[in-house]
Amino acid sequence: MALTANTILICAGGACISSGEESVKQALEREISKYALQDVVRIVETGCMGACSLGPLMVIYPEGVFYQKLTPKAAQEIVEEHLLKGRVVEEYLYKGPTGEIVPQVAEKLPFFSRQVRIVTRNVGFIDPKNIEEYIARDGYFALAKVLREMTSEEVIEEVKKSGLRGRGGAGFPTGLKWELTRKGTSQKKFVVCNADEGDPGAFMDRSVLEGDPHTVLEAMIIAGYAIGANQGYIYVRAEYPLAIERLNTAISQAREYGFLGSNIMGTEFSFDIEIRIGAGAFVCGEETALIASIEGKRGQPRVKPPYPAERGVWDCSTLINNVETFANIPPIILKGADWFKSIGTENSPGTKVFALAGKIVNTGLVEVPMGITLKELLYEIGGGSSTGKPIKAVQTGGPSGGCIPAQYFDTPVDYDSLQKLGAIMGSGGMIVMDEDDCMVDVAKFFLEFTVDESCGKCTPCREGTRQMLRILEKITSGEGTEEDLYELKALGETIKDTALCGLGQTAPNPVLSTLEYYRDEYEMHVKEKRCPALKCKDLTRYVIDESKCVGCTACARVCPVNAISGEVRKAHVIDNEKCVRCGSCIEVCRFNAINKVSP
Amino acid sequence: MSKIKSLEDLMKIKEKAVKDLQLRDTNTRGKITVAMGTCGIAAGAKDTLKAIVDALNDFNITDISVVQSGCMGLCEVEPTVEVRLLDCEPIVYGHVTPENARRIVKLHIVENQIVSDLLVRKGEI
Repeated sequence: MALTANTILICAGGACISSGEESVKQALEREISKYALQDVVRIVETGCMGACSLGPLMVIYPEGVFYQKLTPKAAQEIVEEHLLKGRVVEEYLYKGPTGEIVPQVAEKLPFFSRQVRIVTRNVGFIDPKNIEEYIARDGYFALAKVLREMTSEEVIEEVKKSGLRGRGGAGFPTGLKWELTRKGTSQKKFVVCNADEGDPGAFMDRSVLEGDPHTVLEAMIIAGYAIGANQGYIYVRAEYPLAIERLNTAISQAREYGFLGSNIMGTEFSFDIEIRIGAGAFVCGEETALIASIEGKRGQPRVKPPYPAERGVWDCSTLINNVETFANIPPIILKGADWFKSIGTENSPGTKVFALAGKIVNTGLVEVPMGITLKELLYEIGGGSSTGKPIKAVQTGGPSGGCIPAQYFDTPVDYDSLQKLGAIMGSGGMIVMDEDDCMVDVAKFFLEFTVDESCGKCTPCREGTRQMLRILEKITSGEGTEEDLYELKALGETIKDTALCGLGQTAPNPVLSTLEYYRDEYEMHVKEKRCPALKCKDLTRYVIDESKCVGCTACARVCPVNAISGEVRKAHVIDNEKCVRCGSCIEVCRFNAINKVSP
Repeated sequence: MSKIKSLEDLMKIKEKAVKDLQLRDTNTRGKITVAMGTCGIAAGAKDTLKAIVDALNDFNITDISVVQSGCMGLCEVEPTVEVRLLDCEPIVYGHVTPENARRIVKLHIVENQIVSDLLVRKGEI
């Protein structure tokens, strides 16, 4: 045993870095050297631990104490109290909704204990910049097993048997994809990792790349061996600089240790990986557009078939899998297909990582077995609504997905049942909404995104989504008619049937699913010109309650357009013609005298 | 770093690295806390700490973690060491010289006997 008394795992995922991890780490280092503890305390920067709403956060071992919402001052206190004197600093422990502190050990918090971690098994636990920590957690042992004991057919057979389905969203059986690519006729073949994670709110791929880059490399090498490829590409978006940096470090370490390059682990097999950086177009997550982009062409999709398994990068057979799919491969090889099938449901084995966002207590990343109900996911792991108002719906699958209303929360989460509800698993983003969210506004938000990101190659997507957005804008500004609702549905269904690629084919989903489940909300906008959630600006008015207003003038002073008038100590009035509905007056009013109303 | 050519090479790296990670395992059988306040260090706690780590290595014990703490307030019997095993009352020992430290590891950790001549306190404060 090394003479280390404490190991501090500090989360260096993107969210924690944004909330000040760097300055906390510097404070820790400064205090640790001040008390000459640098030989006995080790600081390890890990990948994302998942509890992003609590960041910056860290776990101190061997006790396993979980500290959250840290500041440089907190770091100083923790060094002085915890590391020097062995006393837990209660102020920075995780506290439940009622302020209770137990348990203080990270593994026992419900947020962590209900998770089953396969894809994120190492994320938040190892130092992603140190290949040996990955090896200590059985890293590259799956590769060793494949190269020493298995033929490429056996590898494909094992992946097929596991029932693993593509985690990028569509859920295509991974083993079948491998087999088809292996049977491809081209002389040269390629393995591509799709790390162009573009759905707003989804960041599980980034978390894996940042927290455990070697698992993706190992899986790609195994895939190369299985399909007969010697070259791999990781297509990662430029907006993920930290992931790119850690991937580069991991690739050079893997080359140094002989896992990449020629004659891997003393065998005849050679494989290498290069990074291709995407310029931030959402459509490049579509596989044929991604291939075009790797080749240096403009990122636009083409008609399928031929599928990439037949004609991919430079017209060669190409295997494209998503980051999360690849991260499942090493455990499947090591523990076997039967073990993998024992987790999750029959048609969707294994786990899925979800990014929880919106009106929920524990926002962040969670990995759960397939088949868990939405209720368990949102209430037991997610901690329920963060606003105190009941959860109305959850939006899954980002701009390609749909909204699932609360009455369906007993539905098990897997590819097929979500599809039945008109939503999709997608990449795993989940946005939680309460009664203050207007469903028309939500649909408009996602459609604005797809209109921006449409590549413009096919007419249904380029023109159709724009027309749908125009109708939604009409509805939210109070000029919609009942005919618009029919037209919206007809347009959406036509685009679904006729668009060239997955982007266009799924773009109407947010509109169609809200139209199905929340038709009453659409109708209120159209018939009564009313927005029940008080979100649509043109349909809401700000009114001052005369009986509550004391005439303090605070609202009038803060109003940016001088829409509020009135004498001191007398009730004020808002001119709704001038008012821009910015909400500043509600924020400053100390008497709750200003209300939003929708006629 | 020479390239890994075989499973044996990989095993060697794993064995070396795994010890580091064990410190991140909370499922240990217990921990030994060495009081390292100024008084403890002056009384020789650094040598005690080293002796405990060495003794654990000699007996090949990996499920006990060694932790440092500040002064327990028992300055007159320093160096002090607390042994906390799972489901057992914590035991505090005093006057733990390196030699006594080895005895504690051998008797208490390996053979599960309390070293009564060094005993300062039994149970929680």
